[in-house]
Amino acid sequence: MGRRLALVLLPVVFLTSFAAAQVGADKRRSGYRDMGAALQKMQDDDTANPGMLFVQLGEQLWARPAGAANKACADCHTVASMKGVAARYPAIPKGGDRPIDLEGRIRLCRTVEQQAEPLAPESRELLSLAAFVARQSRGLPVAPPDDPRLTSFREEGAAIYQRRQGQLNLSCAICHDDNAGKKLAGVTIPEAHPTGYPIYRLEWQALGSLKRRLRNCLVGIRAEAYPSDAVEYVALEIYLMDRARGMVFEAPGVRP
Amino acid sequence: MTNVLINAPKTAKKGEVVEFKTLILHPMETGFRAGTNGRTIPRNIIERFVATWNGKEIFRMEFSPAIAANPFVSFFAVAGESGKITFRWTGDEGFAVEESVTIAVA
Repeated sequence: MGRRLALVLLPVVFLTSFAAAQVGADKRRSGYRDMGAALQKMQDDDTANPGMLFVQLGEQLWARPAGAANKACADCHTVASMKGVAARYPAIPKGGDRPIDLEGRIRLCRTVEQQAEPLAPESRELLSLAAFVARQSRGLPVAPPDDPRLTSFREEGAAIYQRRQGQLNLSCAICHDDNAGKKLAGVTIPEAHPTGYPIYRLEWQALGSLKRRLRNCLVGIRAEAYPSDAVEYVALEIYLMDRARGMVFEAPGVRP
Repeated sequence: MTNVLINAPKTAKKGEVVEFKTLILHPMETGFRAGTNGRTIPRNIIERFVATWNGKEIFRMEFSPAIAANPFVSFFAVAGESGKITFRWTGDEGFAVEESVTIAVA
């Protein structure tokens, strides 16, 4: 009798534990979850999140014609069509062979389609447009494209992530994989999931791109930062987005 | 280009305490920092924020250089009569921004 019961129960136990493993499988934490309640509230409230100031600015720029073509973003794209775009970039543009991130895509549109002077990296205009586009993807899962041409870049990004660099001889992985959740001085080390970019960082008192964050980390480990148009940044971004695949996109994020 | 976000209730009961939240885009440059060329960046801050309810002042705040960029200000007021609430920020370099919201008090 006991054995028969065990035989009946076994698959049940197995199935429930399998289901539990599926639900509990995603242990990844967005940096949002490591922030205090006050900052989480700040991010969630669209009238308290300073990133929304830039989204509002981006919305104005979106409709403003520019360049020799005298075209606005809105002349080619609907706002609705921007849904999900930020959650899948970096990608390889049509006719290109190198991946570009969202800011790169906006700069490309600016010079090729609008025939206007390029927007400077980290400029308010560029970040505002990126924030406006990224806002349209809030709540969607991070979904990098399954483009086989991206594989080599993703692998390069993964290699950089594991490579020790700088005078402190640290890799990204040493902090963000091995020691994530622990403290670095007073700050919780996040798992480095790029789910909220461009972010409003209180320390910067400004909106900043993922590239700025990466450069910030490189300086932090006393490594030489790559030049601003280096493919290494985009490779890292591709790897990080792939690592965060399926996590909820939350731009514009607020971080301490 | 000025840029303001205001969170205010559209309706309120007479005598109710209502909260106003405001956020404005501004660098709040302290005047103590040096630029990349070594020269001091001139001070550029908001000096004063005033809120009026149908022209009557309900809240005023003096800013200082120690306040961070893009300042967020929230305050409370007792709902008196329906009408217009005007928020006005003034500061260095001729900075002046005005925004209004309407509220219906029943």
